[in-house]
Amino acid sequence: MTKHSCKAGQFLKNEQYAAWHDETLWIVREKRDKMARAVPEWEKLRERASKIKEHTLSELDNYLIEFEKQALKNGAQVHWAADAAQFNQIVYNIINENNASKVVKSKSMLTEECGLNLFLETKGIEVTDTDLGERIIQFRNEPPSHIVMPAIHLKKEEISELFHQKLQTEEGNFDPAYLTTAARLHLRQKFLEAEVAITGVNFAVAETGTVVVCTNEGNADMGAHAAPVQIHCMGIEKIIPGIVDLGVFIRLLARSATGQLITTYTSHYTGPKPGGHMHIVIVDNGRSEHLAKKDYLNALKCIRCGACMNTCPVYRRSGGHSYGSVIPGPIGSILAPHSQIKTSSDLPFASSLCGSCSDVCPVKIDIHDQLYRWRQDLSEMKLVSPGKRYAMKIAGKILSKSKMYDCLGKTARYVIKNLPHKLIYNRFNIWGKGRELPEVPKESFKQWYKRTYQEKGG
Amino acid sequence: MNQTYNLQIGLFIPCYIDQFYPQVGIATLELLHKLGLDVHYPLKQTCCGQPMANSGSEKEAVPTYKNFIRNFCQFDYVVSPSGSCVYHVREHYNILEQTDEVKKVRKNTFELCEFIVDVLKMDDLKIDYPHKVGIHQSCHGLRGLKLGTSSELVAERSSKVHRLLEKAKGIEIINLDREDECCGFGGTFSVFYPDVSVRMGKDRLNDHLRNGTEIITATDMSCLMHLEGIIRRQKYNLKVAHIAEILNSNSL
Repeated sequence: MTKHSCKAGQFLKNEQYAAWHDETLWIVREKRDKMARAVPEWEKLRERASKIKEHTLSELDNYLIEFEKQALKNGAQVHWAADAAQFNQIVYNIINENNASKVVKSKSMLTEECGLNLFLETKGIEVTDTDLGERIIQFRNEPPSHIVMPAIHLKKEEISELFHQKLQTEEGNFDPAYLTTAARLHLRQKFLEAEVAITGVNFAVAETGTVVVCTNEGNADMGAHAAPVQIHCMGIEKIIPGIVDLGVFIRLLARSATGQLITTYTSHYTGPKPGGHMHIVIVDNGRSEHLAKKDYLNALKCIRCGACMNTCPVYRRSGGHSYGSVIPGPIGSILAPHSQIKTSSDLPFASSLCGSCSDVCPVKIDIHDQLYRWRQDLSEMKLVSPGKRYAMKIAGKILSKSKMYDCLGKTARYVIKNLPHKLIYNRFNIWGKGRELPEVPKESFKQWYKRTYQEKGG
Repeated sequence: MNQTYNLQIGLFIPCYIDQFYPQVGIATLELLHKLGLDVHYPLKQTCCGQPMANSGSEKEAVPTYKNFIRNFCQFDYVVSPSGSCVYHVREHYNILEQTDEVKKVRKNTFELCEFIVDVLKMDDLKIDYPHKVGIHQSCHGLRGLKLGTSSELVAERSSKVHRLLEKAKGIEIINLDREDECCGFGGTFSVFYPDVSVRMGKDRLNDHLRNGTEIITATDMSCLMHLEGIIRRQKYNLKVAHIAEILNSNSL
């Protein structure tokens, strides 16, 4: 069993909790279905979004240059980071140049990917995540378990206990309205104190030099409006060509993510506020290398809606933390091997290849096909366990020769039929852990066919 | 046998059906005969190669792929009671050199239900089946071969399996809470992910139990093998029957 498979097994030990996790995310999937079905042209939208991304990725260099040109014209400062280390340093330098020590940050998977919080904290900067879910997991010192709902693995009782410790709320009071009010008051103070606000970016419009940030809590705006310095962090793949394209994605994003028509806030940042400074940091961190891999290119279309997680029967039953990658779930399983092949070589196997992820994806990423392709590539690179590869080699030999196959089939049926139950259901029989083996028939179909048609001359 | 079609049909019986569920192979063969087809079962067939390929060893599967092509290239159509294997042949035999034979086999290999509906253009097989049937939409058939509209897509709902079963006399098709969630078999996934796989299966079965299914059917016996294994272990009051077994209970 792989690392992820073991962790998933751990996750499932608490059956009630696992059922709750599965059901909670399934409800989000159902909300998404309802919203998507209310848009008759849904499939056309997906196709359009996929094509826009395909086109953009094919001319990414030009669009990035156009974006930078426009952003500069708007008065923003643009920085380029080749990797996570450069990115962290650039952000730190901006903070440092402004003699700041208190930073608020709205949700950004890119900063998670680059380990920005940790980097800034070691430099003595106080970073406060202002998305409620992010703040909760920051208090708990753990990574997000979902890219849209980072604290979805926690029940309100656990949050009540956490807030009691961190924010001195009443013990045992887990009324959501009470707890969110406490969080608001706490965060309000952080917003007022912050000297720098960091946000992620959902879309960057090349034509206008605008960055677009979608939130439900308005926390990105609160930060960017109150702090004198705002920093927007984006991967190079966030670019879309024009403002008309934005509508396509905005219609897909919230419906796919949470089953909302639109996020409460869709904020366009086109230039600095009067007297303020606006920085945009554009990060590569392995993306251009990924861009060169034709078979995997589509994964760069991802708009981080998380729909593939909500629909994935394996994710729902293993939890985001079991993946051990910044982005969990199906999309995480095809992204992670690009940057961390050795530590994530088990992830492309974390799927029954049911294909639900590809059908739910608003930008039509061929997720399950990429999982399949990764399996082949990982095996070629010898990053699949030698035992498994050897077993498949043997299976390949047997199944290519009918005589050997017939003979071994007969033996296997004999063994299952005649060995005592206890010997068959031993600890090496993983199938038998939770299932009975099929009842063994007295003859195979082939034997029946020969007996029925050949011996009778039929 | 009354042959009404001038077609040579190659019958592909997947390895695990051959070894463990001969009755499904027999039902398929009998049904095709009843439909008036000239059916041949090449004796040197083995497997479609999917077990190796899904585990990442598609190169080890190439000799098995070639064996499949050798056995089936002479037929007008290849018919199989497995959506998953058919999907594998169509989708993943792309790594073979695309000779005329390979192209022909990939194009003409059909899952049983889609063969009946799309090629024979039939949907009323005059079946009597007075049971409460829960349809398990096997993923590779549903999303791979598009035997129906998956619940994720926003399109007119259709399902070839439903079309064939709806006409059966006395049948009650059970509506499920989650109409097409995966059962957790997933080939070698079922042994490399035993806990998740069994949990997925139990959740599917409980959906059927909650909604009053007596018999679960599917286009893939592999899903049913996994589900039946759990049913027997948990002593659930459910039965499984491959779609071919139901369709063969007809009076054509």
